[in-house]
Amino acid sequence: MIKNRLGNLSYQLAALLLAFGVVSLILLSVDASPSEAYKNIFKGSFGEMRKFAEVLVAFVPLLLVTAGLLVTFSSGLWNIGVEGQVVLGAIATTWVYRFYLDSDLPPTLIIILAIIGGMLGGAIWAALAGILKVFGGVNEIFGGLGLNFVATALTIYLIFGPWKRPGVASMSGTVPFPDEFSLPLWQNLRISPWALVIALIGIVFVYFLLQGTYFGLRLKAVGKNFRAAYLLGIPTWQYSMYSFLICGALAGAAGAMQVAAVYHRLIPSISSGYGYLGLMVAMLINYQALWAVPH
Amino acid sequence: MNVELKNINKHFGAVHANKGINLNIPTGTIQGILGENGAGKSTLMKILSGFIQPDPGSEIILDGKPVVIHSPADAIKYGIGMLHQDPLDFPPMKLLDNFLLGLSGGLFPNRKETAQDFNLLAREYGFSFDPESYVDSLTVGERQQLEIMRLLFLGARVFILDEPTTGISAGQKEKLFATLKKFPEQAMTVIFVSHKLEDVENLCDRVAVLRGGGLVGETKPPYVTSNLVEMMFGKAITLGARQPAEAGEVTISMKNVSLEDVRMKIKNVSLDIHAGEVIGLAGMEGSGQDLFIRACAGLMRTVGGRIHLQGQDLTGKSYHTFKHAGVNFLPAARLEEGLVLGLSLTDHFVLAEEPKGLFIDRAAGQKLAEDRIQSFNIRGKPDSTVESLSGGNQQRAELALLQTPLSLILLEHPTRGLDIESVIYIWSKLKGRCKTDGAAIVFISSDLEEVLQYSDRVLVFFNGMVSAPLDAGKTTVEELGQLIGGKGWADKGEAHD
Repeated sequence: MIKNRLGNLSYQLAALLLAFGVVSLILLSVDASPSEAYKNIFKGSFGEMRKFAEVLVAFVPLLLVTAGLLVTFSSGLWNIGVEGQVVLGAIATTWVYRFYLDSDLPPTLIIILAIIGGMLGGAIWAALAGILKVFGGVNEIFGGLGLNFVATALTIYLIFGPWKRPGVASMSGTVPFPDEFSLPLWQNLRISPWALVIALIGIVFVYFLLQGTYFGLRLKAVGKNFRAAYLLGIPTWQYSMYSFLICGALAGAAGAMQVAAVYHRLIPSISSGYGYLGLMVAMLINYQALWAVPH
Repeated sequence: MNVELKNINKHFGAVHANKGINLNIPTGTIQGILGENGAGKSTLMKILSGFIQPDPGSEIILDGKPVVIHSPADAIKYGIGMLHQDPLDFPPMKLLDNFLLGLSGGLFPNRKETAQDFNLLAREYGFSFDPESYVDSLTVGERQQLEIMRLLFLGARVFILDEPTTGISAGQKEKLFATLKKFPEQAMTVIFVSHKLEDVENLCDRVAVLRGGGLVGETKPPYVTSNLVEMMFGKAITLGARQPAEAGEVTISMKNVSLEDVRMKIKNVSLDIHAGEVIGLAGMEGSGQDLFIRACAGLMRTVGGRIHLQGQDLTGKSYHTFKHAGVNFLPAARLEEGLVLGLSLTDHFVLAEEPKGLFIDRAAGQKLAEDRIQSFNIRGKPDSTVESLSGGNQQRAELALLQTPLSLILLEHPTRGLDIESVIYIWSKLKGRCKTDGAAIVFISSDLEEVLQYSDRVLVFFNGMVSAPLDAGKTTVEELGQLIGGKGWADKGEAHD
């Protein structure tokens, strides 16, 4: 397997070089300097601590979403509804925060409850897609995409309706939460080390789930051959549902991070398309958890 | 066309799949290539049809001219066409489009003209096809005929058929043989690859036998079956005497069971199957035996009657309940239903066991796989994926997945596509489970001799009718054949009469 990976690596490197080559040609054709452009990309990502923190801000939800999608892909499901599951995670987190806005509970506990709430929100949204698939025979791509639209509409409704700012509702979202509801940030950067830790726990969890457990092996069997898995005695539809729930919970955690660590409120584009991006990352890493984290 | 193979060698890594094979096939003959699974037949044919390249020093000579065949397209240019075990066509497309695909034409193929040629050719060989119908509406046998037509159309003069009689009905086989027998008149050569003695004996003008990658002998009619068997396996093989079971207690009891699907109804079957007993189900494909075996597995709901397994009422329960009660079902479609492509042998054995804790013990899984591979004589490694195994080894792997303890084993075509030695091996394993576990076996087979050899009692299915159980020891192949064809039912009666 290791040998295979190294063999593939040379292909992947060649692909990367080709991509740079094509981009360079395009830049040259408009008289721009490719080296200047790459320098700016590098500087913009790693040039300063502040900029590197921005990279990590995007990395956290992407990693969580990708981790979740590795589970659904393993069970042979194309969970495109992951985008809506991120949104519902964010909505649920916001709801928990609003619920405890005036309570005397310690803020740390509220943050934990809010994140758990987000995971539940994502899981419930995924369960809807799962129920449509398992009991209604609705392809998860149709169900998921439909639920994504509903999730977006729900966000807009909440921001402009029940949860609107005092006075005039605005596209800039709900009223920001007090500072103590934020996951602790690193110095004055925008990244929270806790968010990073949660994302890493997510991917490590998925790695061990898929690599070493009976659950993971059964999930793979269901994904590769539903019929044979059933005949081997695996409760197949239950496993499809489990994988939706796990993916939804991880996507919900990504939504929770967006609220608790990045925006501190619900905004219309709270997921920023990380769900869709996660699909591509999962495919780019060839559905293997080990590639998801740079190492 | 005269085909001469000279000193054909082929290595796959350390495996010497073809060992210096020399064979001359004169124009206008039907040449049989006989050998057990893994004897090197397929490798040799793939070399001749351009799918794989032989080792340097091997020579292929067509009508006296040495040629090098780089690809299947190359082969067809030389006039060599291969009919694969599984038809290589495009099921969702129209017959005519399948035809046009192999042609080198301009941007816009001439459908009208090709349709005319298609119909002409079909008439000449007595096939009836509608060029505008879709391939997936055809049976395997018809798809074979279509493929033969396509090769004829492309100008093939040498036809290679790889195990063409597997999975087609007896009628289609007769038709295939009748078609092939016309070929020599037109100076065409047929190479017929099979492990079935009967087919080879009926069809071929001469037979070459391969064993362990080498050519062990050539014979001409009249064939002596025992000699052919000895050449194939290097030893004489006999089926041995029938071994009637000592029937124990009732394993599964069906009372007035009725079954129904869109095609047919089966009404009021009553039958007790005893521990240790083997029940063979005979009948043309789709006569109702598939419904019966699925009902025994809990994969099909009964519409009437009751099913008891070892005294427990399982009527209407799910397959998984049946499975927990010790019922195992091995479907005919190994790769579609029986095994999971992409997973290794170890993965399969681990999946078939009850989970112990949360994490898989890799070392124990490896050990389990090694044990099973050894005891079931599977040619593969613990981490081999199932699709990398040959058909016979996949069958053995499926068998190795049978759980312990077992009360009832349900098998669909357990030995289809296997050579006689594998068949004997598999049945010895199955009968072993009858003895050790007291399991009963119900199996479907289209091979009547197999049904009579291994069953204690036989049920014949015809169009949804089920015969009363026949004593396999007192029934002949001829009687069985008549019943399958719908004759002689008056004296045999039905199971519920």
